[in-house]
Amino acid sequence: MFYVSVFFQYMSQYLKTKLQYRTDLFVEFFSDLMFQAVNLIFILVVFGHTQVLNGWTRDEIIFIYGFFLVPFAVFGAFFNIWDFNERYIVRGEMDRVLTRPVHSLFQIILERMELESLLGAITGIIIMIYAGSRLDLVFHWYDIFIFILFVLGGTLVYAGIFISLATISFWSDARSSIMPMMYNIGNYGRYPIDIYNRVIRYILTWILPFAFVGVYPSAYFLGKKEWYGYAFLTPVMGLIFFMIAVFLWNAGVKRYRGAGN
Amino acid sequence: MAKYIEMIRIRFLMMLAYRTNYYSGILIYSINIGAYYFLWSAIYGDKSSIQGMSVLQMTTYVAVAWMARAFYFNNIDREIAMEIKEGKVATELIRPYSYLGMKTMQGLGEGIFRLFFFSLPGMVIVGLLFPLELTTNVSTWGYFAVSIVLSFIINSELNLIAGILTFFTLNNEGLLRAKRFVIDLFSGLILPISFYPAWAQEVMKYFPFQGISYIPSMIFTEGFRGQAIIDGLMFQLMWSLILLVPIQLLWKAAKKQLVIQGG
Repeated sequence: MFYVSVFFQYMSQYLKTKLQYRTDLFVEFFSDLMFQAVNLIFILVVFGHTQVLNGWTRDEIIFIYGFFLVPFAVFGAFFNIWDFNERYIVRGEMDRVLTRPVHSLFQIILERMELESLLGAITGIIIMIYAGSRLDLVFHWYDIFIFILFVLGGTLVYAGIFISLATISFWSDARSSIMPMMYNIGNYGRYPIDIYNRVIRYILTWILPFAFVGVYPSAYFLGKKEWYGYAFLTPVMGLIFFMIAVFLWNAGVKRYRGAGN
Repeated sequence: MAKYIEMIRIRFLMMLAYRTNYYSGILIYSINIGAYYFLWSAIYGDKSSIQGMSVLQMTTYVAVAWMARAFYFNNIDREIAMEIKEGKVATELIRPYSYLGMKTMQGLGEGIFRLFFFSLPGMVIVGLLFPLELTTNVSTWGYFAVSIVLSFIINSELNLIAGILTFFTLNNEGLLRAKRFVIDLFSGLILPISFYPAWAQEVMKYFPFQGISYIPSMIFTEGFRGQAIIDGLMFQLMWSLILLVPIQLLWKAAKKQLVIQGG
């Protein structure tokens, strides 16, 4: 209960500071939209020259992209941990975080939230509705719950991977550019997994399971029965990877010595 | 002139000191190129060519476009924005050199560093991983070299414009990000311009963006031949001159406008 109330207090503070600078907020929305448009335009232009991509149609690919945007937006809103090393370890801010009465990871999530990223989820849903209506997809009442479950699963997969990477800073404080690399690999999950060769497919499924953020869960909504098994693994993979991340985090915090004075 | 060359040298040495960052950078680029390689192979399917480009040419296009990006890409727009925000620009302005010229030279230093320590080894690695078609025609390499220098000039000029705009807006993080997406999309980095629908191609003729990535990459993959190469280079040259005008105008206005926020 305490965690929930702290969460909402941080949230309201956040909204107040953001609304103070409205033009900035507007520009941020706008550039997020552009970012989402770039990938959409890519898909649209490419499908001007081909009908199917390994058996997937244009609208199916667009649907996958729309789905991908939703967990990605939730991840972006709450797990802004990509600069953890510089912000918390190098500057010694982690010391302060550890004195707070909530779990250190939760504290950092609170401090670093960027709620405006959630706009990407709306864009994603609009894209899904557009593609879905062209594909004549059938929706059941329970699909909304499955959707929420899969979005949470996808978010946790992303969060798990990035938190695990952030914990590397507890052991080695050298700067590394592994984070942007992961963002790039994450993009692989947006396209049908069967266009890649076997090694990449295996990596994207079991080691860096980005396919569970885009293509696998979308396959359920697209009615691709052969992928249902993978689709329903989404929340499981999310939980496993998030638990691994929290475990690594706790182990890391125990080892943390602080930087400087 | 000597002081500008010194600037290039210093920036080069600075980059050299932090070179470990670049090994992972090569990996990032290879991963990107890899993703596009599989994607394009799937897009081609069993088609032998789309818009006159074979799948092999397309892979080469993607690889060279990303490697050329390492050369022409720089963050001088962000650096200028940062120096304005922190008020450092005040001291920069009283120094005995042209501020914008100095920034460009720093960008060039970075570019040369990345060309040798990033693009060349990166190209070798990518060449081992994916089938590429590297031309043996010396004149193509020569045209390509001229073309990427012009790419660098056009891209830096756009960066300068974006950076100077910070003088008026003070915080333009969003604008800089938006500019980056526009350039990724319309420069031909992720998609050759010839793939766009005809009306979009027509519109893009009136913008400098394709001079950044599309033209050098097409020259390299020999998608352009003969007159098309000359036309492409002229297009780049024309834009690199035209863009000087808004830079000068904005810079004059900016100096009047200058407000130092602390410093």
